[in-house]
Amino acid sequence: MPNPYLVPAIVAVTLVTVAIGFYGLRLARTTSDFLVASRAVSPTWNAAAIGGEYLSAASFLGIAGLILKYGVDVLWYPVGFAAGYLALLLFVAAPLRRSGAFTLPDFCEVRLGSRRLRTLATAFVIFIGWLYLVPQLQGAGLTLATVAGSPYPVGALVVAAVVTANVALGGMRAITFVQAFQYWLKLTALAVPAIFLALQWQADARPAVTPPDGPAFRTATTVVVEHPATLALSDGQTREVRPGDELTFAAGDPVPAVSGVATDASDWLLPSTAGADDRGLFATYSLILATFLGTMGLPHVLVRFYTNPDGAAARRTTLVVLAMVGAFYLLPTIYGVLGRIYTPQLLVTGQTDAVVVLLPGAALGDGTTGRLLAALVAAGAFAAFLSTSSGLLTSVAGVISTDVLGRGSVRGFRLATVIAGAVPAVLALNVSGLNVSQVVGLAFAVAASSFCPLLVLGIWWRGLTDLGAAAGVLVGGGAAVGAVLVTVLGPPLSGWPATLIAQPAAWTVPLAFTVMVAVSMATRRRAPADVGATMLRLHAPEALRL
Amino acid sequence: MAGPPDRSGSAGAVTPPRRTRLVLAEVTRDRGDSDRTRTELAEQTRVGEALVRGLVRAQLALALRLSLVVAIGLGGLPLLFAVAPAVGTATLFGINLPWLLLGVAAFPLLVAVGWIFVRLAERNEQDFTALVRRPER
Repeated sequence: MPNPYLVPAIVAVTLVTVAIGFYGLRLARTTSDFLVASRAVSPTWNAAAIGGEYLSAASFLGIAGLILKYGVDVLWYPVGFAAGYLALLLFVAAPLRRSGAFTLPDFCEVRLGSRRLRTLATAFVIFIGWLYLVPQLQGAGLTLATVAGSPYPVGALVVAAVVTANVALGGMRAITFVQAFQYWLKLTALAVPAIFLALQWQADARPAVTPPDGPAFRTATTVVVEHPATLALSDGQTREVRPGDELTFAAGDPVPAVSGVATDASDWLLPSTAGADDRGLFATYSLILATFLGTMGLPHVLVRFYTNPDGAAARRTTLVVLAMVGAFYLLPTIYGVLGRIYTPQLLVTGQTDAVVVLLPGAALGDGTTGRLLAALVAAGAFAAFLSTSSGLLTSVAGVISTDVLGRGSVRGFRLATVIAGAVPAVLALNVSGLNVSQVVGLAFAVAASSFCPLLVLGIWWRGLTDLGAAAGVLVGGGAAVGAVLVTVLGPPLSGWPATLIAQPAAWTVPLAFTVMVAVSMATRRRAPADVGATMLRLHAPEALRL
Repeated sequence: MAGPPDRSGSAGAVTPPRRTRLVLAEVTRDRGDSDRTRTELAEQTRVGEALVRGLVRAQLALALRLSLVVAIGLGGLPLLFAVAPAVGTATLFGINLPWLLLGVAAFPLLVAVGWIFVRLAERNEQDFTALVRRPER
């Protein structure tokens, strides 16, 4: 039975986004209005905007789905996504703002004065931006397909078109208001249903999350299989299922174990232990490194810092963002855990990313409350796709317009936006099989292996040279890009090679730092002569008005 | 920096501000401003250089110390769970400890470390400003 509130809620979010965009359009007249909102955005608005932009499909849908599937080990995703802002605060925020650079390529030129390094950084900004945009559009397609039954391309294309038009017409000034609004919408859309879900769980006499006999269906359920899998049935037999197979379970039936999914209570409930799986520990640390250090290298995150009035404000804004993002990340865990009780069929279908959208209806029933909350969650999910894609598109388009097209005009920015939006839309239509959270994780790994060392060494070490920076970005970032391409296009791997490729950060990040330092020391004479003045500008407090 | 955009009245009635061409990276390049206390810094004399090096070193040491706190406090957890599985099975309020540590406690820890950093970093900058502006010119 379709939910009558769903489509209106999604349309409303989209319309409000566009409306705020047009309101902002009336205020955006100059190029600096477009790119950095004239630096006249207050810290609270700015922090909400940064949070709104950051909380993507991976945060809103992906984390809860991963927790439903894998349990405690993937809690590192939300922790890492939040901790990335701490790393940004400690090492980058204030000096980067003081550098006066608008974009990452800009920072390369301000700090090292190298045009070629700037071109290299441009290429990486565009690659990371597109790599991160594709899963957002995919998430939109999958969500609309799950909740409204539309074909997959519709959701992806709707989001791509709305975001491209909005960015092209309103620029970042409009986007700041849109993003701030969307942070609060996303928080509400997860928090309010979570309260109802917790109350429902109480009312149902607190069913155990990990019952001793394994998860069971609460109601009679028909499952349509989406991915081929091997099921271990309760009577000890195994069964191969293919996409399109329908399985029927009665209330109280145990959920069959699916190969590769932690159905076993202790796997799900307890962290992976030593000895059993060294690769698991390596993958965990790799994930920690990628998310802790990757955030500072994401192009749409950095571009926001130029809207702070000065370095001290940039620091304070980052702290507010950290608190806002941390508050948000308390919520997906609740959905993932309660999903074990109310939507165990997702473990069989493999569509665990849908848990956030389906859980309100599954737990609260088909009444008006359940449907309204389901619509609210779907609206929040759409806010997530719209806001993150807007931010990514703004930064990619900004870089394309200034560094590829070479024009600083508003018209150039609009042309760049269309180019920047079209490519990921085409990609998203052709790669519907990719796993949303995995792709986002890879984008973090590439950012952590390229821009993180460049920023950290550029800000804190006088010895960095242009050749060293370029070599580090090429070797470390290039290795991460290679891992992405092998994961996306290459053959399936197993054992250590699979782990090293799927979670590359633990070896690519140290590699990038090592190469950057070693080559810089070998080319010591190329260190810019004005490095002292640059350091002064990056670190001296504004109170001195140098 | 640039003033707030003109919000007055209807859009049509106001003459639009002149469009300016921004050449990124050049905007901040020159900013002439002279004052005896600051020329030492700006002109990169040996004293100025030493002052800046001191500030950078202090801020970096602060950032590194606090990231060490997080690296040990949070980064040590996977290792702890791996070598001492008993920690994973311990429960508090009926919830397994790893869920509480990672799902809840990690976020206040991050915010607290961030808050301490902002305070101490601003204090470092105040000290630096006071040093530069000391009256004994």
